[in-house]
Formats: sequence, structure tokens, C-alpha cells
Amino acid sequence: MSLLEITDLAVHFDTEDGLVQAVRNISLTLEEGEILALCGESGCGKSVTAMSVPRLLPPGTTKLTGSIKLDGRELTTLPEPELRKVRGKDVSVVFQEPMTSLNPSFTVGYQIAEVLRKHEKLSRRAAMDRAVELLELVGIPAPRRRVKEYPHQLSGGMRQRVMIAIAVACSPRVLIADEPTTALDVTIQAGVLDVFRDLRDRLGTAIILITHDLGVVADIADRAVVMYAGRAVEQAPVAELFARPRHPYTLGLMKALPSAAVNGRLAEIPGMVPSPMSDPDECAFRARCPRAQDDCAASRPLLVRQAADHVAACFHPGEQP
Amino acid sequence: MVWFILRRCGSAVIVLFVASVLIFLGVRALPGDPAVVMAGEEASPAVVEAIRHEFGLDKPLPAQYVDYVTQTLSGNLGRSTQDQIPVADILAERLPVTLELSALAMLVAIVVGVGSGIVASVRRGKFADYVATGFGLAGLSVPHFWLGLLGILLFAVTLRWLPASGYVPFTEDPAANLQRMLLPALVLGTGFAAILMRQTRSAMLGALSADYVRTARSKGLAESKVVGAHALRNSLTTVVTVLGLQLGALISGAVVTEQIFVIPGFGKLTVDAVLTRNYPVIQAVVLVTVIGYVVVNLLVDIAYAYLNPRIRLSGGGHG
Repeated sequence: MSLLEITDLAVHFDTEDGLVQAVRNISLTLEEGEILALCGESGCGKSVTAMSVPRLLPPGTTKLTGSIKLDGRELTTLPEPELRKVRGKDVSVVFQEPMTSLNPSFTVGYQIAEVLRKHEKLSRRAAMDRAVELLELVGIPAPRRRVKEYPHQLSGGMRQRVMIAIAVACSPRVLIADEPTTALDVTIQAGVLDVFRDLRDRLGTAIILITHDLGVVADIADRAVVMYAGRAVEQAPVAELFARPRHPYTLGLMKALPSAAVNGRLAEIPGMVPSPMSDPDECAFRARCPRAQDDCAASRPLLVRQAADHVAACFHPGEQP
Repeated sequence: MVWFILRRCGSAVIVLFVASVLIFLGVRALPGDPAVVMAGEEASPAVVEAIRHEFGLDKPLPAQYVDYVTQTLSGNLGRSTQDQIPVADILAERLPVTLELSALAMLVAIVVGVGSGIVASVRRGKFADYVATGFGLAGLSVPHFWLGLLGILLFAVTLRWLPASGYVPFTEDPAANLQRMLLPALVLGTGFAAILMRQTRSAMLGALSADYVRTARSKGLAESKVVGAHALRNSLTTVVTVLGLQLGALISGAVVTEQIFVIPGFGKLTVDAVLTRNYPVIQAVVLVTVIGYVVVNLLVDIAYAYLNPRIRLSGGGHG
């Protein structure tokens, strides 16, 4: 049994324009101590997939089907009070926006201590002492002073480290990191990734890393799931994926990496993402795909085994465009 | 924080100085020579001159201003032209009445307004939200005097639960005092409750969709903590600002409310003084109002700094 098992997860949002299908029947697993990357462009459903685990999506308008099991325990039907014991304790989240994700009215120490007092039932003082240790753990200098400061006194990189300190405070089984480095300077990115690696090594935390940056994936992830239009289109260990990408979309993403630029120009994937409102029975990537043929319009390709532990959803898989 | 408060006190003193100059000049700018008025039409120029000298009116304006400030600071606000009672004594009698009425009205406004604003924002689009916003619209639209008359009709005339009007000092009979203050406080507080409700609701709606609220939820905190601590704390700055701004309206509201319920307060004093051209009283009333404003704004600024660490720690601030 895997630590986290997501089976046939589908997420719809009820909007004024109709039903938006953000995630369409995703299945994936996460092992203990594993760093799994969810990648793809904006709107492909990677964040929605991950936020479904602690059910942090807007409650009124979200329709969620399928199964999410943590250690064999079903989370999708767990009552809200039970789920609150999971959030921040077993499953915690580092959000994308370090500038706005911390409450401006409370000290960073209070905000870290809060989660410890809730889940570990620590006293105010013990929680504060632990907050200092956590700030030290995530690499913030002078933690004893910083713990009494407010978010506006800290830089973006430091705030992100505070977010990480909150997320790891109760030694979670699963840490969801939603674009944790996107808003940060390149020089700070590497440091934040080191913090994640360190956590995994020390606490055995499994990490779901949401990113559109394949450079980050290559740097830190063990396995990657490439998503397109709400579905997984390719899934493989990172070394395998970079060595032998099978899906044309994965290939397109890799060519769009700055290191892969030819004559100083980045390759782009032509065309647009299909509408999230409709879901015709065809390959969603067809209109943008250089390999598209008649059969791609006839039915939707399913994930097919390409190599050991490597699947791709394409009728014409291959490493060449 | 101490430095911040000192700086705010400093600017409060400057505002008071400017206000006192304006009041002083305003009274001097009124048509007519006060010495002639006091001496009477028939008095000889020598008598007028003597009076002018006695009251220091022959001195240059700056010297007169210094006299005015020294006398005011020593509690001498002059005598009422109606009955020759010292203005300071009149204020000492009237001011506490209005302060009590205003405080009770504020209490009503904060409890009802902030409370219903929070409920409305949490239950957005639901029944409770419609009830609260409906109350907000009605509370803003209904004039004080009409609401007061309706209240008297319903609670005093028809149901006979409360006395229609009158005033008993709190020190004499606390129960009777509160019984008579209840209806005026509700009437005066309704409008503010409506304003506070709308402000709280919109500030809370903004806060509830903020990223830090999502962070709070991701920690597994109970919804009461998410709303009551994380969202409310950031909404309170707006609420406190509105509270301070509305104080002027509270004073004018007190004037009307005191008229309706025949409460011998500051508002009624103001109206009577204006109607009888009782200049010393008007002058004192304006001065007290200004002081009230300055003090409340000072308190609002301090509360603001307390709630918002960005202001507190920079030592500066706005306004």
C-alpha cells in the first residue's frame, strides 16, 4: 500500500458559465519519502489535484469524485472536524504566494506556534521554543529575534521559509508545495529546494511538488507526472522521463526550457489549451501536436506502459517530435 | 509604540491650538461690539470704555488670545448670557449625560453592527446575509427622529415597557437611568450599527478570500479561529477607522435624539444656546466638540497602530 493513493479523481467547479472540469480522472500514488512532481502549464489541473487531498478547494462550488486514500484512510468523505486533524498535521501545504500567505497582523512565531498548539497540544511557551527551532531548521538566521517579527519585516525568501516552517512543524506525512519557488529570486530558489530535500532525508516526508519549471523537476523530484487539460499524459521516474520522453507534450515542455534554446530562441508549443468546459472523445493535445493523425481525433488515448514504471497517453509515442 | 503615541499627542496639541485660534477669531468676527451690548444703548462712551478695559477688549488681539487661553485652561469659560451661570458648571452637568448616551449608542452599534457584519460575511448569499444587509439598508435610510418617534409609540405608548422620555442621573438611580437611556441609545445606535455592519461585512469578505485565511485553514484550525482571529483581526482596522469618522455624526445624532427624548444633554444645550444666541455657551460647546474629536481620533490612531504592526513598528503612520 502506498502512502497516498489517488484513484479516478475528478474535480468540477460550478461556475456561472457552467461546469468547469479542472481534473479529469487522475490516478497517482505517492510513496513515503518520495518527491513527486506535478508539472504542466497553468490551468492543467496540477494545483487542483494536490489541493483536493486536504480538501482546500472552495467548498460551495467544488464537486469532487473518486478516491483519495492516505495510509488507507479515505479523505474525500472524511467529516470536516476529522479532516481538520489531518490538515497541518498529516498533510500540510506550502502556498505559491509567500508575500500574501502569512497573516500580516500576527508575528511569524505566533503563526508557527499556532499549528503546534493545535495539533501537538503544546503550551504557548513550548510552541514558541519549537518555532525558534523550526526557523533555524529552514535556515533563517537569528531565529530568536525573527520569531518576534511580523511578515512585513521579512523578505520574500524568508517568508517562504516561514511558510515551510509552518508546513513541517508537525512532521507531516505529505507536504504539498504549490510552486514554492516561482515567486522567488533564482538565487533563493536553490536554497528553498535544499530545505525540501533536507526534510525528506531527515523526516521521511513525502512531497508533492507542483511546478511548471522542468528545471526544478530535474533538480529535486524522484518521479514526475506531466498533466495536460486535467489529465495525466505521461508519468515516469525523472531520469527516465528526461532521457526518454514519450509524449509530444512532454517533449514540447523540455524544448521550451531555456537550456534547450536553439540560436537563443525558446521553442514554444503552438496553439491553445482546449476549453475546460467541453471534453470531446479525442486526444486533447491533438490540435497542437506535430504527430497528430486521424486516429487522434477518433478516440482518447489512454495511459499505456512504455517502459518499466513509465506510462504515456499517446497513440504515436516516441522520443522524436 | 510609546514614541508613536507621543508623536500623535504632539499633533493633537497642534490641532487644538489651531482650533482655539479659529474659535477665538470666529467669536471676535461676530458683528456688534460686546462692550456696547453689555453697557446698553444709553451708556456713555466712558462707561463703554471702562467695560472694554475691564474685559481686556482694548488689548491687541494676540494679548486677548493669551487671556482667553489662560482663562479656558483654568476652567473659566465665562458665564451664560441667559442666566449668568458659569458655562463650566453647565458643561459639567450636561456633558456626562451625552457621554453616557453616546457610549451606550456606540456599544449598541459595535455589538449589533460588527456582529451582524461578521455573520453576513460568513453566510454570504444565504438567508442571514440578506437579513443583515436588509437591516443595513433600513438602518441607513431611516432618520433618527422618525425611528425615535416610532420607538416611543411602540415601547412607551402601546406596550408600556419603557418610559417615553425624561432623564434620571445614573448616580441617583442606575436602573431607572438605564431604563430611560435604552430606547435613545438604540435609536441613536441603529444608524451606526448599519454603517458598521456594511463596513465589517465588506472588510471581512475581503479578508476571508485572502491567502492567509487559506493558510489558516490549511493548518487545520477550527473555522471559529479562522474567522474570529485571522480574518477579523485584519478587518478591524477598517472598522476602527469608520468608527472614528462616524463620531461627528454621532454628535449631530445626539442633538436630534436628545430633542425627541427630552434628555438634558449636550445636544439639547447646543440647540438651546444657538436659539438664544448664547455666545459663551456656543463657544464652549464648539471647543468641547473639537476636543472630543481630537481625543477620539487620537484613540483611533492608537488602536490602529495596535492592530496594524506595520504602522506601530515604523513609528509613523498616516492621517
